[in-house]
Amino acid sequence: MQSNPQLGPNGELRHLLSIEGLPRDVLRHILDTAASFVSVTEREIKKVPLLRGKSVFNLFFEPSTRTRTTFEIAAKRLSADVVNLNIATSSQTKGETLLDTVANLSAMHADMFVVRHASSGAPYLIARHVAPEIHVINAGDGRHAHPTQGLLDVYTIRHYKGDFTGLTVAIVGDVLHSRVARSEIHALSILGVPEIRVIGPRTLMPAEVERLGVRVFHNMEEGLRGVDVVMMLRLQNERMNGALLPSAGEYFRTYGLTPQRLALARPDAIVMHPGPMNRGVEIDSAVADGAQSVILPQVTFGIAVRMAVMAILAGNG
Amino acid sequence: MRTTIRQGLLLDPATGGEQVADLHIADGIVAGVGTAPTGFAPERVIDAAGLAVSPGLVDLAVRLREPGFEHRASLDSELAAAVAGGITAVACPPDMDPPLDEPGLVEMLTRRAAAVGLARVHPLGALTQGLAGEKLAGLVELARAGCVGFSQGDGAVGDSATLLRALKYAATFDLPVWMSPRDASLMRLGVAHEGEVATRLGLPGVPALAETLAVSALLLIARETGVALHLCRLSVGESVEMVRQARARGQAVTCDVSSHHLHLSEMDIGYFDTNCRLSPPLRSLRDRDALVAGVADGTVDAICSDHSPVNEDGKELPFSEADPGASGLETLLSLTLMRSGDAGLAAKLAPVTVGPARVLRLPVPRLELGAVADICVFDPDAWWRVQPADFVSRGRNTPFAGYELRGRVRYCLVGGRVVHGD
Repeated sequence: MQSNPQLGPNGELRHLLSIEGLPRDVLRHILDTAASFVSVTEREIKKVPLLRGKSVFNLFFEPSTRTRTTFEIAAKRLSADVVNLNIATSSQTKGETLLDTVANLSAMHADMFVVRHASSGAPYLIARHVAPEIHVINAGDGRHAHPTQGLLDVYTIRHYKGDFTGLTVAIVGDVLHSRVARSEIHALSILGVPEIRVIGPRTLMPAEVERLGVRVFHNMEEGLRGVDVVMMLRLQNERMNGALLPSAGEYFRTYGLTPQRLALARPDAIVMHPGPMNRGVEIDSAVADGAQSVILPQVTFGIAVRMAVMAILAGNG
Repeated sequence: MRTTIRQGLLLDPATGGEQVADLHIADGIVAGVGTAPTGFAPERVIDAAGLAVSPGLVDLAVRLREPGFEHRASLDSELAAAVAGGITAVACPPDMDPPLDEPGLVEMLTRRAAAVGLARVHPLGALTQGLAGEKLAGLVELARAGCVGFSQGDGAVGDSATLLRALKYAATFDLPVWMSPRDASLMRLGVAHEGEVATRLGLPGVPALAETLAVSALLLIARETGVALHLCRLSVGESVEMVRQARARGQAVTCDVSSHHLHLSEMDIGYFDTNCRLSPPLRSLRDRDALVAGVADGTVDAICSDHSPVNEDGKELPFSEADPGASGLETLLSLTLMRSGDAGLAAKLAPVTVGPARVLRLPVPRLELGAVADICVFDPDAWWRVQPADFVSRGRNTPFAGYELRGRVRYCLVGGRVVHGD
C-alpha cells in the first residue's frame, strides 16, 4: 500500500492533491494565509515577492479557462513566472505519455505544476514521479478532487458565517460526476460542519455516498429545509439528455434552485456555485443574481486561496 | 532418469492425507512410494527433509501473451515462471492475437509449448470466430486439435440468442464452456468496484450486477441446454451463492476465483495503485470474505492465478487508463496456502490441484504408483519478500510487491524431469 503522497515526513504539505486526509490545522492555516492575501488583491499594486524567481507551469490536459486564469493570476501576484500549457491540444495528441511530458517539463526547471486532467488520480501519478523539490497542485482530476475549489468554498463560508460548527450545508446536483462536490464534502467535514446534505436524483448519486458522512436527499424541498448554505453544482451539458436525466427542463423543475425553493432555507442562507452556471438548468437567474448569492465573491476569494496554497507549498506561507 | 525425493512430507490434496516418505520416480511416472521398486538405483536424490511434496499445481487462467503480445511476455518466459511457481499445468484463454479460433493456431501453440518443455499447456478455444460473439467457431475441430474447453476470454457473447445457440451446440458434443460472467454494457461503465472506494476516488464504478446478471443468465441457459459450464473468476459474493444454490438443485456447474480476489479488496487501491486495476475489479471486503468461504465449503472448485502480464508502460498511467491485470504465477502457491481457514496443508492445496484437474477432466492428481510425475516440492514455512524485479515472468505487475509471503517453491518436476530448482 502506498503512503499518502501529499504530506512530507514531518506532516508538512508537499503537494495539494486532495482535501481528504488533510489535518484540520493544515486547512485552517491555508484559510488564514488566504485571508492575509485578500488584502493584497485589494491593493493598488497587487503583488508580493514570495515566489520571485520561481516557475509555475499550468499543465492543463483538459480545457479550462476560468481555473487556469485564476491560478495564473494567483501565481503572478506572488511574482512567479507562469507558463501555460494546454496539453489537450499538443503533445498528448502526438502520442507522448503523461510521464514523458512531465519529465520534459521538469527538465525545464519548473518549481510547481498546476495540473488539470480528465482522469481521476492523474496528479498522484505525476506527484510520484517528479523530483522532490517540485510541488504539484491538483486543479481538478476526473471526478476525484478539485481541492482549491473546495478550499475557496469553505473560505467563502467562513467569511459569511464565521464558524462551521453549527451549520447545515446542502450540496445540490450531479454529485456522481463532481470533483467539486467530493472536495467540498471533505473540507466541510474536516472543519466540523455537523450536517452535510447532498441532494439529487439517484442516477446522479455515487454508490455508498453516505459513507463520506453525508445525508442523502432525493427531494429538493426536504433537503433545503433549514439549511445555512446551498452549494449548487454545475450540470454538464452531456448529462442533460440521456440515460441519467430525461431533459434539462425536467431537471430544473425537480432540482433547479428557484426563489420559492430557496425560501425553505434559513432566511440568511447563502447560495454558492463553482461556475460556470447554467442559468435556467440548475439555478434560476433571480437566485444567481439575488441578495443571497455569493457567487462572485467566491471567484475573488479563489485567487487569494490559490496564492495561499502556492505560498505554503513554496515554504513561504 | 530415475529420481528419489527423500523424506519429504507427501501431500494428498484429494484426501487431506500427509505422510513423510520417499518418493521414487522413473520414466516420468511415480515408481514407488516409501519402498523403492526392486533394483531401483536413483541417478538423482533430492533431499526433501522439512519440505512438502505435492502434485504439481494446475492453474486455470494464465495469459501467455503469445502470439500477438510478445512485448508483454512470451511462452518461454511465462512457462518458466509457471514452474518457478510450482505450476505444472496451465489453461490459457483464447484471447491472443489472432484468437485461438482455428485448429492450426492451436496446433502451433501446443507444438511451441511442447518445445519449451516446461509446464503443460491446455488451450481454451474461442467459442466464437475472432471472439466477436457473433458466429460459432469450429468447436469440434478445435477440440480435436487439443482445446479442453471454449471461452470468450474476458468478453461476453454478443446477444442472448447467439449465447443460447453456442451453448446448445457445445452441449451436443459435451464440450465444456468456460465463461467469465460479465454483462458487457455494465462492465463498460467503470474501472473499479462500484462502492465506497470508487466513490471516494471518483473512479467510474462497475456494479456487482455486471457479474451477477451474467451468472444468473448463464446458469439458466446452462440448465436449459445441459452444457458443462465453468464460471471463471467470480468476484462477487452473491455469484458464489447463486452457484451454491444451483448445485443444491442438482445442476453441474463449476467455478473458480483468482488468488488476488481472495486476499485483496477495493480498499487496496489506496491512492490509485494501478497494480490493483484488475478485471473483474477488486470488490468489497464482504465479497472477498464470501469468496474465501466459497473455497472453504467447496462451492468454488479452483483458485487460479489469473496471470496477466502487463508491461510497465501499461501501468504507469492514470488508474482508468491503465491496463488491467496482475502477474500471478509466482505468488499462487503462497496466496493459496495463506488464505484464512483451518484446513491442513494438503487440504489447502485442493483448489490448485484436485479442483482444477476436475474442471479440466484430468485424472485426480496424487502421488501414487503409476501417476505422472508432475510434482511441486516446497518449503511451507519459508517466508519470502515479493520483489517483482526478481520475477521469472516478464509481468512485474503485482499488487503484492513488498509483501512477506509464506511458502516457497524449491523444486518443480514435469514428467519426472526437474524443470525448476537446479
